[in-house]
Amino acid sequence: MALLLNDDEKMLAESASGFFADKAPVTQLRELRDSNDETGYSKSLWAEMAEMGFTGVLVPEEYGGVEMGFMAAGLLAEEMGKNLTASPFLSTAVLATTALKQHANAEQKTKFLPQICTGETVFSVALDESNKHNPASMTLSATPSGNGFKLNGTKCMVIDGHVADQFIVFAQTDEGLSVFIVSADTDGLDIERTIMADTRNAARLTFTDVDVTGEQTLGQVGAGVDVLDTICNAGRAMLAAEMLGASSQVFDVTTAFLQERKQFGKIIGEFQALQHRQSHLYCELELAKSAVLAALTALDAGADNVGEIVGMAKAKLSAVAKLAALEAVQMHGGMGMTDELDIGLYLKRIRVAQELLGDSDFHLEQLARNKGY
Amino acid sequence: MSDLETFRLETRAWLAENCPPKMRTPMKTDKDACWGGRNWVFQSEDQKIWLERMATKGWTSPSWPKEYGGGGLSRAEAKVLQQEMTVIGARSPLSSFGIWMLGPALLKFGTEEQKLHYLPEICRGEIRWCQGYSEPSAGSDLAALATKAEDKGDHFLVNGQKVWTSYADQADWIFCLVRTDNTGKKHHGISFILFDMETPGVSTKPILLISGRSPFCETFFEDVKVPLENLVGERDKGWSIAKYLLTHEREMIGDISINKSLSEIIADRGYTPGPMLRAKISEYETDEWAFGQTMTRMLMEAKAGASLGAKSSMLKYYGTELNKRRYELLMDASGHDGLEWEGERSNDGDLARLWLRTKGNSIEGGTSEIQLNIISKHILQLPGA
Repeated sequence: MALLLNDDEKMLAESASGFFADKAPVTQLRELRDSNDETGYSKSLWAEMAEMGFTGVLVPEEYGGVEMGFMAAGLLAEEMGKNLTASPFLSTAVLATTALKQHANAEQKTKFLPQICTGETVFSVALDESNKHNPASMTLSATPSGNGFKLNGTKCMVIDGHVADQFIVFAQTDEGLSVFIVSADTDGLDIERTIMADTRNAARLTFTDVDVTGEQTLGQVGAGVDVLDTICNAGRAMLAAEMLGASSQVFDVTTAFLQERKQFGKIIGEFQALQHRQSHLYCELELAKSAVLAALTALDAGADNVGEIVGMAKAKLSAVAKLAALEAVQMHGGMGMTDELDIGLYLKRIRVAQELLGDSDFHLEQLARNKGY
Repeated sequence: MSDLETFRLETRAWLAENCPPKMRTPMKTDKDACWGGRNWVFQSEDQKIWLERMATKGWTSPSWPKEYGGGGLSRAEAKVLQQEMTVIGARSPLSSFGIWMLGPALLKFGTEEQKLHYLPEICRGEIRWCQGYSEPSAGSDLAALATKAEDKGDHFLVNGQKVWTSYADQADWIFCLVRTDNTGKKHHGISFILFDMETPGVSTKPILLISGRSPFCETFFEDVKVPLENLVGERDKGWSIAKYLLTHEREMIGDISINKSLSEIIADRGYTPGPMLRAKISEYETDEWAFGQTMTRMLMEAKAGASLGAKSSMLKYYGTELNKRRYELLMDASGHDGLEWEGERSNDGDLARLWLRTKGNSIEGGTSEIQLNIISKHILQLPGA
């Protein structure tokens, strides 16, 4: 088990730490928000991430990537979490990339994977349809038409959907769940940008008789569950890693605040009521870190029970990151409620990350089912 | 084949030949453990043979040096031995505070003479030790201990009282924190001494616990004469040994080695938890998994040279709180069955008594609150902690 980083991974973590702190600090997110930026992310940052090899971190070398594995991708996600970096990393470099790498045919790989590495194509995955993540009940339909299908239905919480060039769309066919690659400019596809609480973007998609050909199928028709598993496992682990970064950051900021803020003529960190809560949180974060490392390791190893491990990690991180954010607000007192401090931005991002691809309850329920109680 | 693989095969073969079949069955209660000592009555011939064979190999303390009665195994070899024992379900040949606690302290702070004298008899299970730390007025505030040891030229004269001494009524010797100087700060003037429980002036009284069992005693010292050479480490500086041992103890208490998962136990007994309990169980199992990963990670970090330091407080705090949760959930799932206190069906109320026993986990070896204080001070560096 690789719960400790090797030298390559340590080097990557160090360079990523410097890169995101320098190129994409929290102030960048504020600028994007305050200028009502049309895209909600920095294109120049995305181009630089491509140059660094970050967009192709999971792409095999033959398609122009650096394929360093999930542990490496997780380290990047953690640094982005610390800095609240807004980019299509999750949607494009993780979700779409793993789906394409594992399930696309040679032609599709040759076409799309290099475009992901260069940063020229943004991908988005259209999965959820209701207020809670519930992939077992997708209803968007793909009905046979000519030698292809017609797609009808709606998707929501499509991350980076408004800036995507291509979509990976889950739809029900007579053969079962299937997956299609759909270009954003396809007729009958309506894209509504939805700005979320974390000032990042998602979209609602409406499909009205959208034509897709057989060539746009990702994997076998009816075998969409495999693609779903691939995407969800990778995505959940990355969200867990991102939450580890975000919660560690608010924790550190709060610890520093406890060391300097004075009330009643005392540093408030002297109060045991706060010390014990912060120390408990420290322990939870250590467990969270182990959970993330174990999940990334299981993904890289292709472990048989990877779904269960990643699910537990997502459940744990959703709970711990939430606690970290809530404690940060409370311990900062009135200042924690102000927009001036970054705490609120972390609280909001963590709330979104908690929810994406299944919250704690979702994963705990899955675990109980798997274990048979 | 690597040396380690060769070792594994040899170990497997040796265990197959030497571990008696009865010693490969799970212990039903803690009464099945072998504690050794002068007055030990072996439960069976097999228990005796198993201890003797393992002691001869030095495998009651596999990683201690051979000259002190240990097995001289590397960390990796010791792990292989543990794994091979687990595979065949071999019981631990010896439960011993000598191995778990005094030994590590002697290896670090003892003189060569002390090591050669005390360690081999620990490994052979000949002397059973107990630990004299807490006192009625020195619990969480351990350094406030007052048991006095006066230097009388050729011996210490010990007077005072200890409490929560595990199995003092069955122990042969005690390792004990005593005050040799009370003129300075409380952490100064503490010494670590060893003496025979048969020395005149030593008496013990078991404490009946809420579980109906009495694993702990009050221990009284009245003009007990202890030879000066029974001092371990420097006089008045025993606090550093005490701290070292407490850290060690915390890692041990935090290490909740769990044989069966909660969900397996529930399935085995055919219980069907309702939705609220299901949620708590899966939350618990997720935390238990993450804690297990953390234990593994800490061991790997320690192996890579990083000192665990105050992180042992995290393991102690979280591990014991988890264990308490585990037993609360077991009681919840078991319902009426779990409430049985006597009789064969419940193995004399085993679950209920264990449930009660776990309440002490977050008190002994430093309370949860003390562990959080340590984290606040040494890791988070919060002021005044």
